[in-house]
Amino acid sequence: MLNRIVKIIVVALALLPALAAAEDAGQIKVVNGPVTIERGGKSLPAVIGARVQQSDILRTGAGGSVGVTMMDNTLVSAGPNSELVIERYAFNSTTHQGQFDAGLRRGTLSMVSGKIAKQSPGAVRVITPGTVLGARGTEFHVQVTE
Amino acid sequence: MRLNELGSIIVIIVVAAAAYFLHESPPPPQPKTTVILVPDAGGKVGAVSVKSAQGETLIDSAYASATTIGANAPVVGSSSAAQVAQTFGSTIKALPLKPVSYTLYFLEGRDEYTPESRQTIETILLELAKRPAANIAVIGHTDRVGALEYNDRLSLQRTERVRADFVQRGVAERAISVAGRGEREPLIATADEVSEPRNRRVEINIR
Repeated sequence: MLNRIVKIIVVALALLPALAAAEDAGQIKVVNGPVTIERGGKSLPAVIGARVQQSDILRTGAGGSVGVTMMDNTLVSAGPNSELVIERYAFNSTTHQGQFDAGLRRGTLSMVSGKIAKQSPGAVRVITPGTVLGARGTEFHVQVTE
Repeated sequence: MRLNELGSIIVIIVVAAAAYFLHESPPPPQPKTTVILVPDAGGKVGAVSVKSAQGETLIDSAYASATTIGANAPVVGSSSAAQVAQTFGSTIKALPLKPVSYTLYFLEGRDEYTPESRQTIETILLELAKRPAANIAVIGHTDRVGALEYNDRLSLQRTERVRADFVQRGVAERAISVAGRGEREPLIATADEVSEPRNRRVEINIR
């Protein structure tokens, strides 16, 4: 009996990160041209209204672009030939505390900061190959080239 | 074979080998990141910290830029509205519309709008028409006249009224979420049982 309870607890604890990761981080509001969402190794269609979660990878092709409104009202978009990863997203709608790490592996990104950056400066970051940008507020643009 | 001839051949081989290997393995491309800070829609300029393996800087003025190449320290520079439009035009165009909020006011003890708020509903419907996949959060409040439980119910009735009116005007029901806060979150702090029109309201947040 005790063994079974321990097993259930272990399984429940193992599922916790999966449950946390399945929470909505944002919603796609703008789609132009070729855009895909990669989630858990699978490619999903990026359509207006689609939900975005932590660990999702948004990819745009030539002429493609995508715009997302995050739960804390941060606005983020990616231009053509870009790869944008929602590396980490957490937001408490009561305290407005949270964390947003957006990874830009290539291409372009625009960001208009929301409630998280207002509440906790330093909690919103754009991470590119070799560089970490700390968003202390409002609007900026980022380009990654080789 | 004379010794200096042999030397010449060795030099030629070494130079050829060096040329071959340099050609075959060019230095790996260094990733380059450029960030440009711009004024927001209200003209406000924030700040961005920029950190690489070998340095850190902060940009905090309009059209200031910072560029990092590989592990090198960021180099601060300046850009312009024209350059931003050229490089980021389609990216900026893809930014979603900024979320907006409205407040509707109600008659005392009822789920009837004030005449002004009836007009605000038309404004909200126009705004919703501009936003594909809009999310509408409707949060109801009351003043402190009446018991706590009564006001909890009244605040929900007000949100249900807003929901019904929006749905009737063609807004998708699943896009609307409602919550009632009763008299728990007054806009204007008052003593209990005080009639306060500014607290008889429904907040509407559209994303």
